[in-house]
Amino acid sequence: MMRKNLETLKPLLEKMDPALSKVSMEEIVAAMGQAGEVELAGAPSRWEDQVIEKIIPKGARVLDLGCGEGELLQRLLRSKQVLGQGVELAPEGVFGCVARGVPVLQIDLDRGLKEFPDGSFDYVVLEETLQTLRRPIELLQEMLRVGKRGIVSFPNFGFWKVRLDLLLGGRMPVTKQLPFRWHDTPNIHLLCLQDFLDWVHQHRVKVAEAHVFAEGKVRKMQEGDNLYAQQCLLVVEK
Amino acid sequence: MSSCKILDRHPPAIPGLWQYCTAIVGYCPLVCQVRTGTCTPYVVRVNLATSDMAEITQTQNALPRVRRVADDPPDSPRSVGWTEGKSLRIVDGQVLALEKGGSISAIDVEYEMYGKLSKAKDNVVLICHALSGDAHVAGWDKNWEQTGRLYRKKHPGWWDTVIGPGKAIDTRKYCVVCPNVLGSCYGTTGPASINPATGKPYGLSFPVVTVSDWVKVQALLLEKLGIERVRCVIGGSLGGQQALEWALAYPERVERAIVFAAAHRLSTQGVAFNAVGRRAIMTDPHFNQGEYYGRPGPDHGLAVARMMAHITYLSEEGMHQKFGRQKKESDTPSALGGEFEVESYLRYQGQSFVERFDANSYLYITWAMNHYDAADRWGGGDLVETCKRLKSKMLVCSFSSDWLYTPEQCRQLAFAMCRAGRPVNYVNVPSNYGHDSFLVEQEPVGKLLESFIGGEEGGER
Repeated sequence: MMRKNLETLKPLLEKMDPALSKVSMEEIVAAMGQAGEVELAGAPSRWEDQVIEKIIPKGARVLDLGCGEGELLQRLLRSKQVLGQGVELAPEGVFGCVARGVPVLQIDLDRGLKEFPDGSFDYVVLEETLQTLRRPIELLQEMLRVGKRGIVSFPNFGFWKVRLDLLLGGRMPVTKQLPFRWHDTPNIHLLCLQDFLDWVHQHRVKVAEAHVFAEGKVRKMQEGDNLYAQQCLLVVEK
Repeated sequence: MSSCKILDRHPPAIPGLWQYCTAIVGYCPLVCQVRTGTCTPYVVRVNLATSDMAEITQTQNALPRVRRVADDPPDSPRSVGWTEGKSLRIVDGQVLALEKGGSISAIDVEYEMYGKLSKAKDNVVLICHALSGDAHVAGWDKNWEQTGRLYRKKHPGWWDTVIGPGKAIDTRKYCVVCPNVLGSCYGTTGPASINPATGKPYGLSFPVVTVSDWVKVQALLLEKLGIERVRCVIGGSLGGQQALEWALAYPERVERAIVFAAAHRLSTQGVAFNAVGRRAIMTDPHFNQGEYYGRPGPDHGLAVARMMAHITYLSEEGMHQKFGRQKKESDTPSALGGEFEVESYLRYQGQSFVERFDANSYLYITWAMNHYDAADRWGGGDLVETCKRLKSKMLVCSFSSDWLYTPEQCRQLAFAMCRAGRPVNYVNVPSNYGHDSFLVEQEPVGKLLESFIGGEEGGER
């Protein structure tokens, strides 16, 4: 029944979003089976950490914004002997950092980074935090003032299963990674990969490297990943 | 069942004399939770006429955090037990030049020490006390009677909640040293000590001393004890400023430093609060230019100073929670007042302080507190330059309701370290206890102490 409905719907769907023509009927049907809770399984938790660890050179100065319990910095302190500084607001994160020996400042990112001088870090990391900020663009700009390079990762709401979930389900998508409903989510500024790339182009920011988690694996970003990437990690610089 | 302190009565009241209450149960060997010093509140049924208790059940996080349940008695496995102040002559004959000029030719330092110094002498935790503190930081003073320090009879040291076997600063692992500061009145040379040149108490002829002088004297003490380097130096309030000064003056000798509820200098408002207390002492008819030893001293002035200061140690919401506007109604109201509970509390605080503190010491120590400015001392007024001296791992911790050293001031200190290129920890603990939080919030404070002091030598540079 559902399949039959979809057959009729498909031309309509493609008209609404040409990107969906790339998706096979089987995939759509599989996705529909989980409508209401988009299956984004496969992305290993903190997959970004491994990528970031490869990007950051030994001895770099690293500022990790929204560093949680300091897992990434602890790793970088050990393997790359970085000069690391974490920033976290949640008490459990802050106490976790202190316990790990990761230096942490308990401050609110929504108050900006004005106390940090220009170019005082080589890398400023913003892992899975962008979408929780009140003024995400201001923070992105601040990151590129404070650091030579910024590393930003976020979930891509342009991913086709998320689009389909909204299109067919008619409710804000709830995913495994972001298991919140519209009213209780800390993710107040959801974005698509393409939104981010638009900002990059408009502000003449260079993308030095880009990685995505798509189709079950971590790989370099490709054309059209706005539809396929579940999560993205971009290294940007001025 | 010994005693209980009722925190909360649970409405609706059960008819009859018995009522369910949440209470803190006094020290009682039957209740092992209490013996080990945890502050878990219990729900008990209390006979309101006799205060007898029955039916103890433990509650889980049903209540806000409370002050400590019961002190760990000297025989508790978690107490450092009976303690004894020791005294060492640090300066004898030769002259110790002081920061603001002047010198003292004989300096004794009273200190307490618990736990065993390791062979490598690398397990020392140095505790710096605040304005009215002393070297007696944990355990029970066995000489309280001989030394006349009666306030120690019923209470353990001022930070007993976090120091002891198995506590946050575990004396099975660390050797804890706490010295009394120069100019104080608890065993270290101060204005009440006898000036060897005259055979009389120094009084106001005692030279002004600074936070830097205190730290210098503490460094000399550690040298005498054969301790080259400390694992961690810790202090709250004026003690926090000493911890900061330690890390600035002796960066190579301090592995870690924790600054609780303190900034690189006191705010103007803080100096103003001190001005009131200092004025009260100096205008007391018994002050006599500091020469009051052997006769009645400026007790009223000192008591008022303490009352004033005590207000700055609490917070508005904390005071409201503790006292509300409760008062004893009088049949014959008088403009002299004094009915409010908060009034009698402050009066009591003032009175009991007079019994244990010397007014001249109060003047010298508040002078040092007013004048300390780490940036002036080490960076020509520039705090970031100052912080470039640091080599220790630093933790700055503020408390949300502290209005003496506000979270913003502590945050600025932490940021200055960050701007100086030093990794730093800054934590703001939510609390209603105001400036006193570092003494009261044993759970978060204990957690920070334990993990920061115990942290491994990580990859951090």
